[in-house]
Amino acid sequence: MNDGPDNVALKAGEFDSEVIHFPDTQPLVLDSGGEIAPLTIAYKTYGSLNAARSNAILVCHALTGDQHVANTHPVTGKEGWWSLMVGPDKPIDTDRYFVICANVIGGCMGSTGPASIDPATGKPYGLDLPLITVRDMVRAQAMLLDALEIETLFCVTGGSMGGMQVLEWVATYPDRVFSAIPIATAARHSAQNIAFHEVGRQAVMADPEWRNGRYQTEGTNPRKGLAVARMAAHITYLSESALHRKFGRSLQDRDALTFGFDADFQIESYLRYQGMSFVDRFDANSYLYLTRAMDYFDLVADHDGVLANAFMGSKTRFCVVSFTSDWLFPTEGNRDIVHALNAAGAHVSFVEIDTDKGHDSFLLDVPELMATMSGFLSACGRARGLAEAAP
Amino acid sequence: MNQQTVNPDQLALDTAAKRRDFRIIANLVTPGSRVLDIGCGDGGLLALLQREKQIDGRGIELSQAGVNACVARGLFVVQGDADSDLENYPDNGFDTVILSQTIQATRNPKTVLEHLLRIGERAIVSFPNFGHWHIRGSLIAFGRMPVTKSLPATWYETPNIHFCTIHDFIDLVGEVGAKTEGIAAFKADGSPLPLSRPAWLLNLIASEAMFVLRR
Repeated sequence: MNDGPDNVALKAGEFDSEVIHFPDTQPLVLDSGGEIAPLTIAYKTYGSLNAARSNAILVCHALTGDQHVANTHPVTGKEGWWSLMVGPDKPIDTDRYFVICANVIGGCMGSTGPASIDPATGKPYGLDLPLITVRDMVRAQAMLLDALEIETLFCVTGGSMGGMQVLEWVATYPDRVFSAIPIATAARHSAQNIAFHEVGRQAVMADPEWRNGRYQTEGTNPRKGLAVARMAAHITYLSESALHRKFGRSLQDRDALTFGFDADFQIESYLRYQGMSFVDRFDANSYLYLTRAMDYFDLVADHDGVLANAFMGSKTRFCVVSFTSDWLFPTEGNRDIVHALNAAGAHVSFVEIDTDKGHDSFLLDVPELMATMSGFLSACGRARGLAEAAP
Repeated sequence: MNQQTVNPDQLALDTAAKRRDFRIIANLVTPGSRVLDIGCGDGGLLALLQREKQIDGRGIELSQAGVNACVARGLFVVQGDADSDLENYPDNGFDTVILSQTIQATRNPKTVLEHLLRIGERAIVSFPNFGHWHIRGSLIAFGRMPVTKSLPATWYETPNIHFCTIHDFIDLVGEVGAKTEGIAAFKADGSPLPLSRPAWLLNLIASEAMFVLRR
């Protein structure tokens, strides 16, 4: 990308991403009343933008995801989080579509977040960064698209917190979204989900190394707190039957119980591993900011208590997807979105996919999800006049 | 989701009955109008109406395979069923609401019919006529729940839990206060019956009926 406006510098970044800097003259004004300037957004793209600039798909990542959708992750060395979905001949076919994914504001993979340097002090922001909302994330993405000179997105999609961004995109920029696929999400974060997030945040803040968020300047790192937060959260991404199927009461590398507090059970060992590997790639303060953004998300309240108002007059084509075993973002919440879209007279399809893989289903190899995505996108592509992928 | 076990033969035959309905419904639908097809299967009718009548169509379908097929055809279909989903549709959202060969499989046909008339300016409802002589005869002669060509499932397998006759349906229409704009009746082979016949005779010889209703 070399065609951004003059006041925007583009360079390859330290996070193996493209990085765009918005100067002080282009601040991101936040819902909280504060602003971020200068603003940095790290992003990845896949495929190529067509001449009409009409084939761009914005992928919005979830709480602990990032912009590395379909490439080897620079920190973990693992495949991108949606490499099953995005790539040549995949449902989001990069031979046909131009795919963009930006690290959200408040994140920790190159976009401005609590670990970024506060120009006012020359030190990491820590908790001095103003609180971020999902709408702030979306506004930042819109600034990125403006810089890339993409007026209308062919599609915006994502699961969980990514799905919240999808809904916010349609509500905030109704004319810039041709189609939208919110997956396993909700129009407002539930009390139960806020409760889980609070447990995670308290785990981080209870770690003595957290130091009121100033751990970077003090040379500490609340790894244990963040790992516990991740362990608790990870349980909510699965389902009881999936846990039972995968682990049952199997013991970890031993034949008998040890009568101690070592990780006797495979599930304990698995969660400890999930917790410890997470802290290598995630910033504890980012975890606080992003969980808070999700807690604050309430598209119903933002539209006078009537969700349908968020979608009135929408021309966007929607496909809402939920999973039967997802108890974090259950079908009911997704169905509420569908009902609101119907009430607003919008074009909406809704698919509830039968799987026992829980909330994480949207990241996994679930054939019905793949079929839904590719079918919906192909049909939208025809309506949009996009050329079929070369055989 | 209450997934019901459906005999595949039954499904295939239902689809044949539905296909017969398609042509008739297509003639009733105004070009460019808003249409909701409840139990839209793989979207055959919606696709036909979109192609020939340029309708703004929506569907409701219970089966995953049906919904996926619809989505892939570019149709807008919500996974759900008539019993639980209709209450969420706004008043007057559609010009025509279609319930083809499905009302007998709903838990609460009266409520469903009331929703149809609330959501749509006009409702088109078709159903198998349980007053058909073949069914009556089979019950009299054998003393068992009839298993016929058009209703091939046994009583314990059938998704059809609320059978009615043409007379019964006319009573229900009166009870919900709807006006009947038109009726069509069909023989078992799908050929239409002349409506000049008296109602008692139609109720005896029609294997399927279709009603066009208004509030």
